[in-house]
Amino acid sequence: MIINHPLLGPRDAQEFTYLGDAALIERPDWQAEDAHRQFYEYLYLRDNPAGEHRELWFHEQGDRSWLVVTRNTLTHEITHVDLARDVARAKGRSK
Amino acid sequence: MHDLVAITSLGANAARLDCVGAVTLTEVPDWALASVTARLGQEDACRVALATLLGVELPGPGGMVAGPEVSAFWTAPDQWMVEAPYEAHQDLARAVKEVMGDTASVTEQSDGWCRFDIEGEGLGAVFERLCNLDLATAAPGSASRTAIEHMGCFVLCRTAGGHISVIGPRSSAGSLHHALLTAMSSAL
Repeated sequence: MIINHPLLGPRDAQEFTYLGDAALIERPDWQAEDAHRQFYEYLYLRDNPAGEHRELWFHEQGDRSWLVVTRNTLTHEITHVDLARDVARAKGRSK
Repeated sequence: MHDLVAITSLGANAARLDCVGAVTLTEVPDWALASVTARLGQEDACRVALATLLGVELPGPGGMVAGPEVSAFWTAPDQWMVEAPYEAHQDLARAVKEVMGDTASVTEQSDGWCRFDIEGEGLGAVFERLCNLDLATAAPGSASRTAIEHMGCFVLCRTAGGHISVIGPRSSAGSLHHALLTAMSSAL
């Protein structure tokens, strides 16, 4: 599988490690009223789509950036790759 | 007073030199390295300061540039590795930090890495056995980190196809040297 790195171009999946659902970027506020419930959902509940899935990959043997990869779980076709920090900043996060 | 003997990354008194046909594999112990990482919110100021230090424009992703005194290659977003001859820059990290100020975190890297230079014809065939990078078509001035025999190494293309530097983890210098020499023996 080839991942088209936004900065470095096509790189073999061998250079990457996989973390999981890109929803992990959206860590809940620990001071919220229902933080207990939110963290339960954040940690344990995952969609398991047969089709398009946004997921976090780490370019461990490359520039060590985190990527948000949109991959079809049925065909392994990768339709979109973003730097995770750009995704987080677009959501108003500082880092 | 300690009386310490300087040794190379392969543990010898002098740099190792191997030849396979007309291609040479040289251990290069006399270069200083320092990493520069922009601090959050200081990215633009960091770029200006580093460009001033280098005297040339900063390298973009997958690139390297050589300035009059020091060179640099891109290692990650907002992160660069600065390299310079060790003899004239024994305190490279401190000198870089003085220029960068609070715009970046600078870390001494010289002793964390070992460097091997491979020079000669036919290096494309050697490196297609070692890593995923296509060095047969790589432009001079390209610098990328990739895996060689499970070791994360920087591969720097100094001249088109004729002079390549491999900068790898120093604690695995022996394994890296073995991998490079084996690939040269089988390809050339």
